[in-house]
Amino acid sequence: MTDRLSTKLAARLRKRHRGEKLFRLGGLGAILLAVSFLATLLVSIGVSGYTAFQQTTILLQINLPVDPVNAGYPGLVKKSLREAFPSVSSRRNKKELYRLVSSGAAWEIRNYLTDHPDQAGKTVTVTVTASDDVDMLINGKVSRLDPPQVRRLSDQQVAWIDQIRASGNLKIGFNTNFFFNGDSREPELAGIAAAMAGSFFSLIICLGLAFPLGIMAAIYLEEFASKTRLTSLIEVNINNLAAVPSIVFGLLGLAIFLNFFELPRSAPLVGGMVLALMTLPTIIITGRASLKAVPPSIREAALAIGASKVQSVFHHVLPLALPGVLTGTIIGMARAVGETAPLLMIGMVAFIVDVPKSILEPATALPVQVFLWADAPERAFEERTAATIIVLLVFLMAMNLIAVILRRKFEVRW
Amino acid sequence: MLNKALVAGTLALTAAALTFADVAIARDQIRIVGSSTVFPFAATVAEQFGKATTFKTPVVESTGSGGGLKLFCAGIGERHPDITNASRRIKTSEVKRCAKNGIVDITEVKVGYDGIVLANARTAPAIQLTLRDIFLALAKDIPLADGKTLVNANKTWKDVNPALPATKIEVFGPPPTSGTRDAFVELAMEGGCKSFPWIKALKKQDKKAYKALCHTIREDGAFIEVGENDNLIVQKLVANPKALGIFGFSFLDQNADKVQGSTVGGKAPSFENIADGAYPISRALYFYVKQDHIGAVPGIAEFLSEFVSESAWGPDGYLTDKGLIPMSDKERKDWSTMVKANKKLVM
Repeated sequence: MTDRLSTKLAARLRKRHRGEKLFRLGGLGAILLAVSFLATLLVSIGVSGYTAFQQTTILLQINLPVDPVNAGYPGLVKKSLREAFPSVSSRRNKKELYRLVSSGAAWEIRNYLTDHPDQAGKTVTVTVTASDDVDMLINGKVSRLDPPQVRRLSDQQVAWIDQIRASGNLKIGFNTNFFFNGDSREPELAGIAAAMAGSFFSLIICLGLAFPLGIMAAIYLEEFASKTRLTSLIEVNINNLAAVPSIVFGLLGLAIFLNFFELPRSAPLVGGMVLALMTLPTIIITGRASLKAVPPSIREAALAIGASKVQSVFHHVLPLALPGVLTGTIIGMARAVGETAPLLMIGMVAFIVDVPKSILEPATALPVQVFLWADAPERAFEERTAATIIVLLVFLMAMNLIAVILRRKFEVRW
Repeated sequence: MLNKALVAGTLALTAAALTFADVAIARDQIRIVGSSTVFPFAATVAEQFGKATTFKTPVVESTGSGGGLKLFCAGIGERHPDITNASRRIKTSEVKRCAKNGIVDITEVKVGYDGIVLANARTAPAIQLTLRDIFLALAKDIPLADGKTLVNANKTWKDVNPALPATKIEVFGPPPTSGTRDAFVELAMEGGCKSFPWIKALKKQDKKAYKALCHTIREDGAFIEVGENDNLIVQKLVANPKALGIFGFSFLDQNADKVQGSTVGGKAPSFENIADGAYPISRALYFYVKQDHIGAVPGIAEFLSEFVSESAWGPDGYLTDKGLIPMSDKERKDWSTMVKANKKLVM
């Protein structure tokens, strides 16, 4: 009798243990799978993007003009290349030769002359950007063993590149264009400066609007408002707003800010306002949650020694709730910095070369730059897309890190 | 302490951002909207124009041909764009909408041509198609000889044409919102469709039925819509060598190591064949300028002359490096004269 019972019990125990083991294995498997997806994503972005941080440049001997205005800079570049390779004579070959340097080289020489006016009329060595095809060959994105139509360089061009390299006039350096230029249709000249400036201005506007408004709303709803039907209706609606797809906020921005208030299209001001609308519910919700987490004894103690309601909130409750509020705000901002959809509607998805200097000048944002370059036919944009994603990820990680540090430093546990 | 610092910081940042703003600007920057196909060309010219002149670089938005014309026709004034790009000609209805909003004088500029290619991965053998093959493979209903139609049951290319390989029909293409799709349907599908004599006759009798038959693409999974990103189609073709993809010529040009274009009617989708019109699936690209804005927004006239210069749209110009197929010498000359004379668009 007892024997039968004990075998039954043992079987049930085994079954329960097995169940527990399976659950643990399943959980571990889920985490491993998620981590491996993340790792694949990061590694593939890293591998395709890191080469964009370096850029091939070519040193050219340029006879600088005396008159900087009517100098015909493209001609200077061509002349310098012809002098470096005097044996090239046919029109076709010359054209191939000119293709080795970027079409932006002419403007780089103009900029050099503007920076060094004393060099006018002299022959100097100027560093110019190599074309994207040359850059792809040098950084190994295309192989010299590929057939010419594949690597987009002829055998002759590859031979010239080798020659320039042997003479020490080919340099590989940090890609300053990528960080200091605006957008360009030439991959080797394209940069994220305009997008970074746009993202910066939009975020400042977004923070400046959403943070004070969100905190005020949260404090009022949590500390002052009486629980009526109206306040619970507002509460439900704020929760709903947090789940509204972001494109809807873009449409709202188009209808109200652009069409009604007639604010300029593509401006970071409008972008920031739209993003503020989007982050506001997040800030209010997290703000209320962290205010609620402050124990009532704090408020009661303040009131007991004669503080007014406002004093108790601003002197005692808010400082204690602030780490939580800040975490919520930063996470809201991190979401805003990665948003493209609402910006599409207000014209911030655009080709912008000039780096914006104010919140009213046309600008794009970092994720928009990713979106635009991912659609470009030139192969060299692939690595720049990945590099922009890396920059964006670094920003996001930094923001989340700040949120974690703030929480660690100021959080009070009850 | 912490909150005081924070409030001060936020205020300072907002104030800093606001002082950067120069208030109330009269627009001194050209604004361009419109087709995503013309976008790279317009952006290239804008960039050149910005570097070579003292004017600000124009802002170019990619909104699609239809979306661009909608914005363009919304009115005159600094809030509305000056130029819109289109991968098709402006429609009469759009000209009417423009006129309703006071935009009567429009300059039309033909930019050049763009070929639409059907390509597959280089790892697979190249395919030789005709317009009729394309139509029979992708139409929802296919015609029989006697004036009847049948739901398209072709599973493999061999079913379409015994000369083609026995691989499954699987074509990646753009969604209906895309100008490339419109052009593909009009040129390739309709072209193959009207190769049947009785359908050609149908066009005169019942235009609606003709369009329904020729323009409807099958929805049973043989034609797969892949967003408006042509790079994605190229990637999908590499992953799936049996499939074909539909996209613009410039993507074939840039990805020649990964994909190859199918010949259509015996003509390869090459630069020369598209330029002289031998390749059947090619379309003209345009942009439209508000004449009332010329002079009001600085630089528009100069931008136009940069666009129609030989160094831009000529056979050796920088736009051909970006995949534009230039017009013939005579066409370029005619258009450039018309543009410089501010000739108005007449439908």
